[in-house]
Amino acid sequence: MSAKTLERLKERFGDAVVGTHSQHGDDTAVVARERVREVLSFLRDDPDLLYNFPSDLTCVDYYGREPRFEVVYHLYSLAKKQRVRVKCRVPEEDPTIDSVVSLYPAFNWFEREVWDMYGIKFNGHPDLRRLFMYESFQGHALRKDYPKDKRQPLVRREGQS
Amino acid sequence: METRKIVLGQKNVADLDEELPTEPMKINMGPSHPAMHGTIRMVLTLDGERVRDADIEMGYMHRCFEKEAEHATFQQIFPYADRLNYVSPMLNNVGWAMAVEKLLGIAKAIPERAEYIRVIVGEMSRISDHLTCVGASAMELGAFTPFLYLIKAREWVWALLEEISGARLTHSYVRIGGVVADMPPGWADKSLDTLKKIEQALDDSEALLTRNRIFRDRMEGVGVSSAEAAIADGWSGPCLRSTGVAYDVRKDAPYSVYDRFEFDVPVGTRGDNYDRYLVRLYEIKQSIRILRQAFAQAPAGEILMPDYRVTLPPKKQVYNTIEGMIAHFKLIMDGIRVPAGEAYSYTEGGNGELGFYVVSDGTGRPFRAHCRAPCYPILQSIPRQINGALVSDIVPTFGMVNYIAGECER
Repeated sequence: MSAKTLERLKERFGDAVVGTHSQHGDDTAVVARERVREVLSFLRDDPDLLYNFPSDLTCVDYYGREPRFEVVYHLYSLAKKQRVRVKCRVPEEDPTIDSVVSLYPAFNWFEREVWDMYGIKFNGHPDLRRLFMYESFQGHALRKDYPKDKRQPLVRREGQS
Repeated sequence: METRKIVLGQKNVADLDEELPTEPMKINMGPSHPAMHGTIRMVLTLDGERVRDADIEMGYMHRCFEKEAEHATFQQIFPYADRLNYVSPMLNNVGWAMAVEKLLGIAKAIPERAEYIRVIVGEMSRISDHLTCVGASAMELGAFTPFLYLIKAREWVWALLEEISGARLTHSYVRIGGVVADMPPGWADKSLDTLKKIEQALDDSEALLTRNRIFRDRMEGVGVSSAEAAIADGWSGPCLRSTGVAYDVRKDAPYSVYDRFEFDVPVGTRGDNYDRYLVRLYEIKQSIRILRQAFAQAPAGEILMPDYRVTLPPKKQVYNTIEGMIAHFKLIMDGIRVPAGEAYSYTEGGNGELGFYVVSDGTGRPFRAHCRAPCYPILQSIPRQINGALVSDIVPTFGMVNYIAGECER
């Protein structure tokens, strides 16, 4: 049913849709990261699609592959009862992507978490701070090149010896 | 500076109405506060008794679930999944198993009896989740008796789950391809008796809470959210349903055998804390309804699919045949070989849509495992709900979010 969504996306955005698949029944569109805001606002507002429920936002680190990161959005349409996954590839040398918090306020913490864990900067995010870790934490823990047993320097407050 | 004279005994009405000029004050609520259901810190900006702004600082319970999952085999993640929402571990078990089964393409091959047992233990977990939430919130508002009634009922549920799984709290009972053990003899009848006792405990608590003046004054009209704002904030589960949106994964995308049961999805009308309380109460009753049907319908048969690339062979085969031994060895050492690909699987957890996004690269360990915790986006929107409210309103609002640190901070 929601293969229609992928058709609509290809029709509307043409070359910006880099690839699509429906593996295991999950409709997926890979789109150019420059146009992610446009794509998501189209998915949310188009009267045939109405993907109004922000389900999930996360990131995958395909270390060694170019472009290295993939930011993954999962959306659900409460009216049409269908789901879509949108993915944007983000290169290692310029890990930035536009924030979609103004479209889906729910993604505020999700984007902070991805910044915290993967170091991807969301342009236009209202308050991009680390979420789980503390500000002086070094590195981004879920990156594949961050060893699982890596230790962090002790944090000392000013005035403490 | 000009000083005004106030003559004692002559009340000046204008003076009394004049408000004292106050400056916003920052105050910490938490990280260790009795009403915080775990360790979490709220930095409140107060104007007198009114909350003007709140910044939630979390991460005190972050246990690197996603990083650990990348280094564990698919089966080894069940104990971690138990510890996500530790009040309803069975639902997390089922959610994780279903995500891996979706990637393996065996979702339709799970034995029917196993599906029924999953529904039964899952609904029991949901009951225990809701009992905890309602009981703890009632206690925080001063109603200690219902807390004892409901926690006693939760203990009955946990005794049943202990009997079937061997562990009271962290069950690790579900396996990829089924469940690990069948229902013990007489367990079904014992469960049906317990359901009657739970209904009695619910009625007793309801009589003490639902029309209680103090309870209603604290809950009604507090933490109000419109349906539009709740959807935009990514709410799901009882909190979203309290605003009148009947989104329940069990109804909207029936998984497992949920399409074979008759049950209703209770929704609220005003979207306040009182509606959230009522929705949870009625959901317990619906879960009991599902449980009765599931016990009546559950067929006999296998509880694990007999495919030894996915499930462990019986011990008799492991000890007596070379094929059985090799299958056992490969599953323990290498893990289940999951074909490369990605899948997002979602189920109805205690707090709403519990999603697992799994990426496999064809080895026995997930390349990426992400958990979409249902109370995470709800907790995020607490500042919106308590803006302009009194400090004491934070307690019921926070209680009805049912923040579970393990699930939220992973």
